[in-house]
Amino acid sequence: MRMTSHPILSMVIGRIGLGLLSLLIVSLVIFFSVELLPGSYASAILGQTATPEAVAAMEEKLGLNQPAVLRYLAWLGGAATGDLGMSFAGRPVMTVLGPRLMNTVSLAAITALIAVPLAIMLGILCARFRGRFIDRFLSTSTLASISVPEFFVAYVVMMVLAVKLQWFPSMAGIRNSMDFGEQLYRMVLPILTLLLVILAHMVRNTRAAILSVMASPYVEMARLKGEPEGRVVMRQALPNAIGPIASVVALNLAYLISGVVVIEVVFVYPGVGQAMIDAVRNRDVPVIQACALIFATAYIGFNLIADIISIVSNPRLLHPR
Amino acid sequence: MNESHHRQMDDLASRLRRGQISRRAFLAQSAALLASGALAGIPGIARAQGGEPKSGGFMRLGLHNASQNDNLDPGTWSTSWTGAGFNGAVYNNLVEILPDGSAEGDLAESWETGAGATVWRFTLRKGITFHDGRSLTAEDVRQSFLHHMKPDSTSGARAIVQQIADIQIEGSDVVVFTLSEGNADFPYLLSDYHLSVFPALEGGGIDTTSGMGTGAFLLDSFEPGIALRLVRNPNYHKNNKPYLDEVEFISVPDATARLNALLTGEVDFIQDVDIRNVPMIEGSADFHVQRVPGLRHFSFDMDTRVAPFDNPDVRLALKYALDRDDVIEKVFLGEGRKGNDNPVSQIQKFWHEMPQRDYSVEKAKEHLAKAGMDSVSVDLHVAENAFAGAIEAAVLYQEHAAAAGISINVVREAADGYWENVWLKKPFAAVDWFGRATVDWLFSTIYTTGAPWNAGWSNARFDELHALARAETDDAKRTAYYAEMQQIVHDDGNILTVAFVDWRNAISNKIGYGEVGGLMPLDNMRICERWWRKD
Repeated sequence: MRMTSHPILSMVIGRIGLGLLSLLIVSLVIFFSVELLPGSYASAILGQTATPEAVAAMEEKLGLNQPAVLRYLAWLGGAATGDLGMSFAGRPVMTVLGPRLMNTVSLAAITALIAVPLAIMLGILCARFRGRFIDRFLSTSTLASISVPEFFVAYVVMMVLAVKLQWFPSMAGIRNSMDFGEQLYRMVLPILTLLLVILAHMVRNTRAAILSVMASPYVEMARLKGEPEGRVVMRQALPNAIGPIASVVALNLAYLISGVVVIEVVFVYPGVGQAMIDAVRNRDVPVIQACALIFATAYIGFNLIADIISIVSNPRLLHPR
Repeated sequence: MNESHHRQMDDLASRLRRGQISRRAFLAQSAALLASGALAGIPGIARAQGGEPKSGGFMRLGLHNASQNDNLDPGTWSTSWTGAGFNGAVYNNLVEILPDGSAEGDLAESWETGAGATVWRFTLRKGITFHDGRSLTAEDVRQSFLHHMKPDSTSGARAIVQQIADIQIEGSDVVVFTLSEGNADFPYLLSDYHLSVFPALEGGGIDTTSGMGTGAFLLDSFEPGIALRLVRNPNYHKNNKPYLDEVEFISVPDATARLNALLTGEVDFIQDVDIRNVPMIEGSADFHVQRVPGLRHFSFDMDTRVAPFDNPDVRLALKYALDRDDVIEKVFLGEGRKGNDNPVSQIQKFWHEMPQRDYSVEKAKEHLAKAGMDSVSVDLHVAENAFAGAIEAAVLYQEHAAAAGISINVVREAADGYWENVWLKKPFAAVDWFGRATVDWLFSTIYTTGAPWNAGWSNARFDELHALARAETDDAKRTAYYAEMQQIVHDDGNILTVAFVDWRNAISNKIGYGEVGGLMPLDNMRICERWWRKD
């Protein structure tokens, strides 16, 4: 890559290019692996009324008798211009997924707003008071919550807070007709579960990132110059730990969009994950592909941002040798 | 419970079957037996709950089969969500099946047919209006049927409407159907949930977007795959109905979440309760488990074109080699009715009672010897979704059959794609049959020669009787024909029925209901207008 007068700009453009390339490869994988799913939409929908004529009539209606390569190109062309096509049930995919995506994004956003500052704060605390009670307590409890599967956390939360104490509803089935307050009230349990799941990861990585910087000679130097420990952590160590922290935050934000399928199912939360399960059950291929593409875009997008943040925060990475 | 109670109950049940007592009397007397503590825990008795219907209140149903693709086009409906939420609440059929299994006019006031049962004349009830106040006419009915009869139709009712050759209307309240061949069960078929009556559009077609029906409830709000809210139609054509002011359908796909939703009072009704959760619900004072005998049955089906299943004696040997009691006790935890190699359910009109076929190593060996073999080895294909417990049932069957010199190799298939790649493709496989509302429909889609889901079985006498029974309007003759047909399937057929299963729902004790129909789930899809709230 030729260095221009704006190294950051050219780096950002290069990264975005790489991101788009990965997205293209992912789209190929998505399209052709969905093709490999056994069973067809027609037989899934018609069930025990699926006579061969009925199946053939439906497949022709949906254009499934076209070669796969042609269908891929048409789909890719549409997706590039923001048109994800029609679901097999005859509604535009964006109409099907739009409200679901909004729900997933709002759950993710609220969780992130609480989780990210909290995790970084706790991580810093652990690093600052390394080996003390607060550090050991947080390390053990976060390790425990990482070690159990998310659905288990979800069921425990539900059993205690919904079934036994009856403080919160067991179902987070929010609907358009509810006002924001009620929606928020219903979202408490999934948010709490997600917090328990992602906090641990972020706290531990923040702590590790800061501690590794704390071991460097310049931190030692700062200490020798008599800087108070808190100031050393906040002013000397933290800025240089932003790169690794950004990547773990990005990873968890991507998880909040694409990895919450299980949580959505357990709490009956109408998000994209549930929509995808529904689509897989019905073999509604355009919706499956759109969900997979949305998830892939979220992953690649967040990682791209994390990359850019860590490079910008550490100018040495701009000039790799 | 003791032996004499068992006998009293059996006696009651057989009198009910022979028609000597009404269903209501049966329920009253069996309830009395129950009250004496005799029958606690006997599955299969859907008791009426809550005395006289009461008006007002609401009910919330937690169902697992909502889809974001759900819409108001009746041709696309295939679930209890769409069946009970749209067909059974917002719309009506010409004919309704009552809980006791008889057909009664719904939008139709009466009907008549001539000899041969090819021409059917339906007269509509007077004064029925759609939710927007427009009167129902014969043209609405005609267009609603034509909707499923388009040449490129993908409707789930395609197989039913294919037998209609012509529909004419006379005036505003008579519809005449001409069938391509006689069918004495035609009124029954018109109760199919796809065949809802919609308002016709100017210039043909029906209005599948506005949600204007003739039904007991107005469509208040609908979010596909999430929730459906219905409110009472004050101008409904049936006296006093509906009882509830409001019904809400809530999608809860996960079984544990569904159970929790019931236990925490988020819903009043959940369907398809996992058998492992039954004791927990029955131990609670606030909920009960309802078991409604249905048509659904689990079976092992044989392709009679393939050796050794082409030999009727091998088929009989296989039928005798299964210990159904053992499977029901161990796999279904007692939740199920023993199969008798007859796909017709005991709740169906024309069901023919035959001596129960039981596990018998001697008889299995005897039939094997008749086929000229002393041992046989077969592959049985199963998957976890072939039916709930299919793999465990097959493994037990393997043990049972080994004693008779039959070696069964259980082949575990992938659940995904089982119905496309294994069912009707492998010669011996586990099947989950939903059944069909009429015996004729069941036989003509699955058992006659060349029927769409027939695994190769063909019996000339069976086909002959099928044609005779179909056009016969004399019930006594039909009863005889169907009895013989069921005997033929039992002795010669390719189906090994393991068990019939009930619709197993868990319900809040605040909800009341009368007799419950089991031909289709959710009280024949009429749960919204038939049930009520007690508090």
